[in-house]
Amino acid sequence: MMATQTPPNEVYDAGASKPHRPLWLEVLHGWVTTVDHKKIGLMYIGYSLIFLVVAGFEALLMRIQLAIPNNHFVSPQVFNGLFTVHGTTMVFFVGMPILFGFGNYLIPLMIGARDMAFPRLNAFSFWISAFGGLLLYYSYIGGSGLYGAGSAPDVGWFAYAPLTSRVFSPGHSTDYWTLAVLLSGIGTIGTALNIVATTISMRCPGMKMSRLPLLVWLYLVTSCMTFIAVGPLTAAQIMLMLDRYAGSHFFDTQAGGSAVLWMHFFWIFGHPEVYILVLPAFAFANEIIPVFSRKAIFGYPAMVAASVGIGFISMGVWAHHMFTVGLGPGANTFFVLATMIISVPTGIKIFNWLATLWGGKIHFTVSMMFAIGFLFQFLIAGLTGIMLSVAPLDWQLGNSYFVVAHFHYVLVGAILFMLFSAFYYWYPKVTGRMLSERLGKWHFWLFVIGFHLTFDFMHIPGLLGMPRRIYTYEADRGWMIWNMIVSSGAAVQAVATLLFVFNMVWSYFKGAVAGADPWDAWTLEWSTTSPPPSYNFAQTPTVASRRPLWDLKHPEDPDSNYETEQSLPRTRQEENL
Amino acid sequence: MSDAALISNPNEEWVLPSRGIVGMACLILAEASIFVIFVVAYIFYMGKSLTGPTPKEVLTLPIFTSICLLSSSLTVHAAVSALSRSKRHLCSLWLAATVLLGGIFLAGTAHEWYDLIYNHGLTISTNLFGTTFYSLVGLHATHVLIGLIMLSLALWFSLRGQMTHEHTEKLEVLSLYWHFVDGVWVIVFLVVYVLGR
Ligand code: HEM
Ligand SMILES: [Cu+2]
Repeated sequence: MMATQTPPNEVYDAGASKPHRPLWLEVLHGWVTTVDHKKIGLMYIGYSLIFLVVAGFEALLMRIQLAIPNNHFVSPQVFNGLFTVHGTTMVFFVGMPILFGFGNYLIPLMIGARDMAFPRLNAFSFWISAFGGLLLYYSYIGGSGLYGAGSAPDVGWFAYAPLTSRVFSPGHSTDYWTLAVLLSGIGTIGTALNIVATTISMRCPGMKMSRLPLLVWLYLVTSCMTFIAVGPLTAAQIMLMLDRYAGSHFFDTQAGGSAVLWMHFFWIFGHPEVYILVLPAFAFANEIIPVFSRKAIFGYPAMVAASVGIGFISMGVWAHHMFTVGLGPGANTFFVLATMIISVPTGIKIFNWLATLWGGKIHFTVSMMFAIGFLFQFLIAGLTGIMLSVAPLDWQLGNSYFVVAHFHYVLVGAILFMLFSAFYYWYPKVTGRMLSERLGKWHFWLFVIGFHLTFDFMHIPGLLGMPRRIYTYEADRGWMIWNMIVSSGAAVQAVATLLFVFNMVWSYFKGAVAGADPWDAWTLEWSTTSPPPSYNFAQTPTVASRRPLWDLKHPEDPDSNYETEQSLPRTRQEENL
Repeated sequence: MSDAALISNPNEEWVLPSRGIVGMACLILAEASIFVIFVVAYIFYMGKSLTGPTPKEVLTLPIFTSICLLSSSLTVHAAVSALSRSKRHLCSLWLAATVLLGGIFLAGTAHEWYDLIYNHGLTISTNLFGTTFYSLVGLHATHVLIGLIMLSLALWFSLRGQMTHEHTEKLEVLSLYWHFVDGVWVIVFLVVYVLGR
């Protein structure tokens, strides 16, 4: 089984150093100075998990405030800060880094490489993003400069002009927001560059593009989108900084500048960004669903084509966030149609996953349960997305809680679910121990219940006209009961998340020992020990198909017999375990 | 178990694209998308300034410095090909020419800005023209400056004899960046000095 791994004693010179418990300081030094892709990946993940808890806590504060009408749990100023910092944190300091963390950890292992293409750039990218996150929260202390503490950016995560001008947002909190986002963008571009170069230039012999694990393909697409999406964001942030500090007039309406231009620039980033976040979730699904269905993925080429298609189309739909601006019938029609077209490749993916499940021998591990939750919830979220893409409907629903429900359905119901799935799937590889399935089932069911309580019912106040970002509301609007339900669901999700954190800690010490390949999986990361040694593979592996470990385990019937250059249709009966 | 099943054609040669060039291509893509936004802003605000001065009144065509910058693309290319043929002195010479030409361009920009600020009273906060002009041209000039610093470093190593044939690829990656900076100038020139004037 462990074909690509020589036992450690053949690699280390046993007599060279006697084992000693490293001091804390040495451990810390090791992490801070590391350029190892696995350690950097873990730092990304750990740092995002911390921010996930912080931003989740902010969400809870908002839900407490909104649970009942006329509430004064927090002040209006604090509330504005909360939704701004919550959104910014979740997108830039949870979503992006956690996905890049997984990519960092997995991609070299999956393509049989020793490390990323540029290890030092990798470390730089991590630390610059981490610094960005600290800056964002530093604004709570330093946002008002010398005038006092306690101010956070309060311009919303899309920071529309002219609210961000110095007149309306004095102090420095908006600048901390700008800098935080700018730095995170630089880190993101660095990591995306690294992922592309690694994928193109570091593959082990035989790992042709047509044999890349789909996870790696999707990360490749996401990274290419990152260049085109994050560039405009960076440009817009530079303009905003010039406006605020050098007196330029990009978004200064008094001098002829345009507030709508900012909206365009932001959403040219913002919409591709949501696909940048969701493609890695698709990537996990592409690895996890086949393994627990005991079948090879259905429609590999269609999956690749659909991902590339999504990448391209998602660049041309941004103004569906701006229907309420009044772009005129021509532009509205274009963006309605473009947005609807994107559901075609997305639908192809859903059908491919269903076809993979179809006739498979499904193993309902916790990881698989989260993946199936992802499938259903992503479907629903896509459907509310299509509703919002109908301009006249959007004029009614835009800026209401319906929008908030739509995008949380994707971000939580699809992306976070798939992230949980990925945690249960790869945790054994990273730590050498299994996460507890029993605790995991509790985690899953509690989270599903909490999720649906919160986000199913959140659509309703939206339909009833409750605007987003309001601080409180009157009792006679008919929104009360729905807000109560939404808030109570949030509490259930919080409990489930704590259970997950507990599971991670408990299993690290007490979990069952995993071994190299606990799921009987097919990609290269499972051919090395758990956790992998710092050099990943003692010998560089060579592959002949998309499922190298299948070939290894079934030399009598390898995949390479079926995957020809022309990808002829597969004829073999799938595994019947 | 044996790992025989993993090995397809051990004799088949396995060559992959250079990671340096792929990485630079990615960087260029990201940078290009930043420039696109600044160019779009420039075009969007063309003729929308509420006060003077206008581009027509104050801008003159920087023909000479543009020629210098564009020809530095040729010289840097010559430097790379000299190095690939192990002609190290020739390489130093071409690198020096590149740095000189790039330097002339930057000096030209500095002179232009000085003239605009002190003789025509145009600053970044004067009007939309000033805002978009200084930011677009300034962003490009920043890239020229970064490129010049890198090229000067390369020249320094080359003069000290530390740059050899094996470094050809690294120099080529740097030259790609320089070609990109020059290419952007063509766009900026057309938009700012031809279309916008
Ligand atoms: C794939 C994952 C998706 C994610 C992560 C996502 C995320 C988001 C986010 C964050 C927003 C709100 C931004 C804001 O105003 O703060 C949003 C709004 C919107 N989404 Fe999605 N979305 C996804 C899929 C889709 C799909 C498939 C469609 C349509 C086919 C769609 C259509 C829309 C529309 C039209 C809006 C604008 C609503 C408005 O502001 O009035 N989305 N989405
Ligand atoms: Cu969108």
